[in-house]
Amino acid sequence: MTEQIKIDFEKIVKTSALTEKDVELKKKHLNKFLDTGFPSKKLENWKFSDLSQIIKKNIGELSFYNDYSISNELDTSIFVKDFEHNKIIFINGSIEKVDFTHEDHDKIEINDNFKFVNELEDSNSLLSLNNAFSNKNYKITVKKDYSLKKPLVIYHTTNNKIKSKNINPKLEFQLEQNSSLKLIDLFNDAAESNFINIFYNFDLKEGAILKNYKIDKVQNKNIRYSYNNIEQDNNSISETFILSSGSSFSKNEINCNLKGEYSSAFVNGIFSLNNEQHHEIRTIINHLVENTKSYQLIKSVLGKNSKSAYQGKIFVDSKAQKTDGYQLSKAILLDETSEFNAKPELEIYADDVKCSHGSASGSLDENSIFYLMSRGLNYQQSKELLINGFLIDVVEKITDTEIKDLIKNMIGFKE
Amino acid sequence: MDKREKDIEKLKDYKYGFSTDIENTRAPKGLNEDVIKFISNIKKEPKWMLDFRLKAFERFKQLKEPNWQKPKYPKIDYQDLYYYSAPKSMDDKPKSLDELDPKLLETYKKLGIPLQEQARLNGIAVDAVFDSVSVATTFKDELTKQGIIFCSMSEAIQKHPDLVKKYLGTVIPTTDHFFATLNSAVFTDGSFVYIPEGIKCPMELSTYFRINASETGQFERTLIIADKGSYVSYLEGCTAPMRDENQLHAANVELIALDDAEIKYSTVQNWYPGDENGKGGIYNFVTKRGLCKGKNSKISWTQVETGSAITWKYPSCILKGDNSIGEFYSIAITNNHQKADTGTKMIHLGKNTKSKIISKGISAGFSDMTYRGLVDINSKAKNSSNYTQCDSLLMGNKCGAHTVPYIKNKNFDSNIAHEATTSKISEEQLHYCQQRGLNPEEAVGLIVNGFCKEVLQQLPMEFAVEAQKLVGISLEGSVG
Repeated sequence: MTEQIKIDFEKIVKTSALTEKDVELKKKHLNKFLDTGFPSKKLENWKFSDLSQIIKKNIGELSFYNDYSISNELDTSIFVKDFEHNKIIFINGSIEKVDFTHEDHDKIEINDNFKFVNELEDSNSLLSLNNAFSNKNYKITVKKDYSLKKPLVIYHTTNNKIKSKNINPKLEFQLEQNSSLKLIDLFNDAAESNFINIFYNFDLKEGAILKNYKIDKVQNKNIRYSYNNIEQDNNSISETFILSSGSSFSKNEINCNLKGEYSSAFVNGIFSLNNEQHHEIRTIINHLVENTKSYQLIKSVLGKNSKSAYQGKIFVDSKAQKTDGYQLSKAILLDETSEFNAKPELEIYADDVKCSHGSASGSLDENSIFYLMSRGLNYQQSKELLINGFLIDVVEKITDTEIKDLIKNMIGFKE
Repeated sequence: MDKREKDIEKLKDYKYGFSTDIENTRAPKGLNEDVIKFISNIKKEPKWMLDFRLKAFERFKQLKEPNWQKPKYPKIDYQDLYYYSAPKSMDDKPKSLDELDPKLLETYKKLGIPLQEQARLNGIAVDAVFDSVSVATTFKDELTKQGIIFCSMSEAIQKHPDLVKKYLGTVIPTTDHFFATLNSAVFTDGSFVYIPEGIKCPMELSTYFRINASETGQFERTLIIADKGSYVSYLEGCTAPMRDENQLHAANVELIALDDAEIKYSTVQNWYPGDENGKGGIYNFVTKRGLCKGKNSKISWTQVETGSAITWKYPSCILKGDNSIGEFYSIAITNNHQKADTGTKMIHLGKNTKSKIISKGISAGFSDMTYRGLVDINSKAKNSSNYTQCDSLLMGNKCGAHTVPYIKNKNFDSNIAHEATTSKISEEQLHYCQQRGLNPEEAVGLIVNGFCKEVLQQLPMEFAVEAQKLVGISLEGSVG
């Protein structure tokens, strides 16, 4: 891999118009990545998902060079219908289209040559990989007091022009004072066997509201890693919803720093897995000042040969009195080959806090199935009803009713 | 204040902090094959035992000290320790208590553990371990009548080699982790218990560990075997003198329960925790593991951890037999600069296995407390269940409380439930108690005892009383 990655990197340096300084910086991150390579289960955070092995097994040799000069055709059939929205379209890792038709253009600033490099404390080698190979850096700023009229949908698509590639999409968002953004990430992949390594960075100023819904629903044979870093100022709110179901392997990480008083973070997630799928969600909520709040609810339904993992950490600084932290993960194992792993972690240094976590896993309750069957449903129907009831809980946590209905439709919940 | 007064003043906080001036036989300082041969030789061990040790030592040389734990400590120089220290008077083993060095008897009297049988009120058989050797075992005759073997490990190696050979190292093999392997190589003494088929042990068995000599590590090894249908309750207590240096305690405890057998293992750990500035104290790095080998067997761990500068241990159960049960009840209290990283592992291998974990952590002062636990349900462990509850109580904002549970469920027939909460003593509770005439310290004591009640209930009577007092003492000065 080391040889290939170096060759590919040189190729990129030659073909792109990077300044010397950029190349220098990218090289630094490349070396940082090469020092450790892909994370393996020897690292505590990757204990349940050995990415290095997963890539080896499912992809084999990755290549890192992407020719961004090739034009790609837009497949408009993937657009969400009967739903007015703004669009950003990624095809094979590069942005093909940015469309904010529904918005006031003075209130949104899009900088497509923004130089930013993620230097996060809790970084891993994938962050360095993204920094080294990401193509263009976009920064989207929502101006003070402006709320987007319509949600923004980011389409992450790939086509069959790429295979065994590593692509590194990256976006930076800034939400100025009292602004708000509803963001839906829709994953739709036609390509196979790629490693998609996504980084988002959100900066929420005072009173800003971010709602991010990540929908990975379409079955595909890619390995996906997605990292959200969220910085929150006073009175800001972030809400993240993850539907983790489509990819062969997927790991979502949410790192949230509650730096302002009365800020709050919500993370809700659903795993619905089958057939050799292996997904993970890892969250880190850092309560750094007084009066902050976090809430997490993660539910899994695991079919044949599938595996889900949830690692959630609540950190409470000694300054962060009056913290309210809650975390719950539940799993239903449908088959003897399914597996659920959890590591709900609390690290607390302040005494006037209310923090709790819970985790439960087991099979479907036979008594409940019996109850439903005795009322005329067949076995399959009873099972489905119970699973829907189990999962709908999480969907109901979505605060935006329009998007809630949209997601319910996508999942196929009938009311 | 002159020195003596100062000493007395110090002893008020930790009343077991005195040391006994007694002549010692020591192995040469350092860790090498010669020292291991020396230990084996002085204990007149058979060759297979020496081979066992050397095999472990070979493996130990390749191991690296783990460092994933939360409490970090300065590097231990394993060559700068004495691995064997025994009172000189033990060189020729005394035949009875009358021949025992009076100084030793005096020490145990001070500790509240009289070794004279008639002095005992309620018949708890005690094996007293002083530094590296077992000095006395009481009530031996009575136990022998029932076929129960309760003696020091050294004696067991001499008199019951078949049993030792058969079971030693089966739960904690010589190829285990760093500290366990170190123990396998250099262990000095400890208790050996064998309960024959169908026997319910008529009294509580107990070991009392005492570290006396300075610059020594204590490496004891305990092996308890409960044969088919038997029952035993075993207690363990520990203290050490106050010294400015840190001393290492790396024991191994192996429990084996065969078909329908039950072992109840209780610990009240009160090693010297260091002074209020965090100087000195014991490093308590112990490996405790129980194997429910037979069907319907049960192993239950209860621990009250109040001492030690650093506690780092995870009493575990391997539930191999079908329908076997594992239980873990723990109270861990840290104050001043103490640190604890403790919890349990429940490994479900057999069908219909059940486990229960109740852990209560209390941290005060500048201390740090971590619950770390693993519940692993194997794919063959059909219809198993686990319930875990770990609660933490924080006093002040200079201390920390952490929970790191690992949950692995590979069986769809099995249920795992885990709950954890962290909170402080509410003002309302304190106010209520104070209104009724308790001073703040008594109020906190009462509330904390209520918080710990579920675990304290599991302890045998005499221990429960002592533990309750200990809980109060450990938290003294942390209120307000």
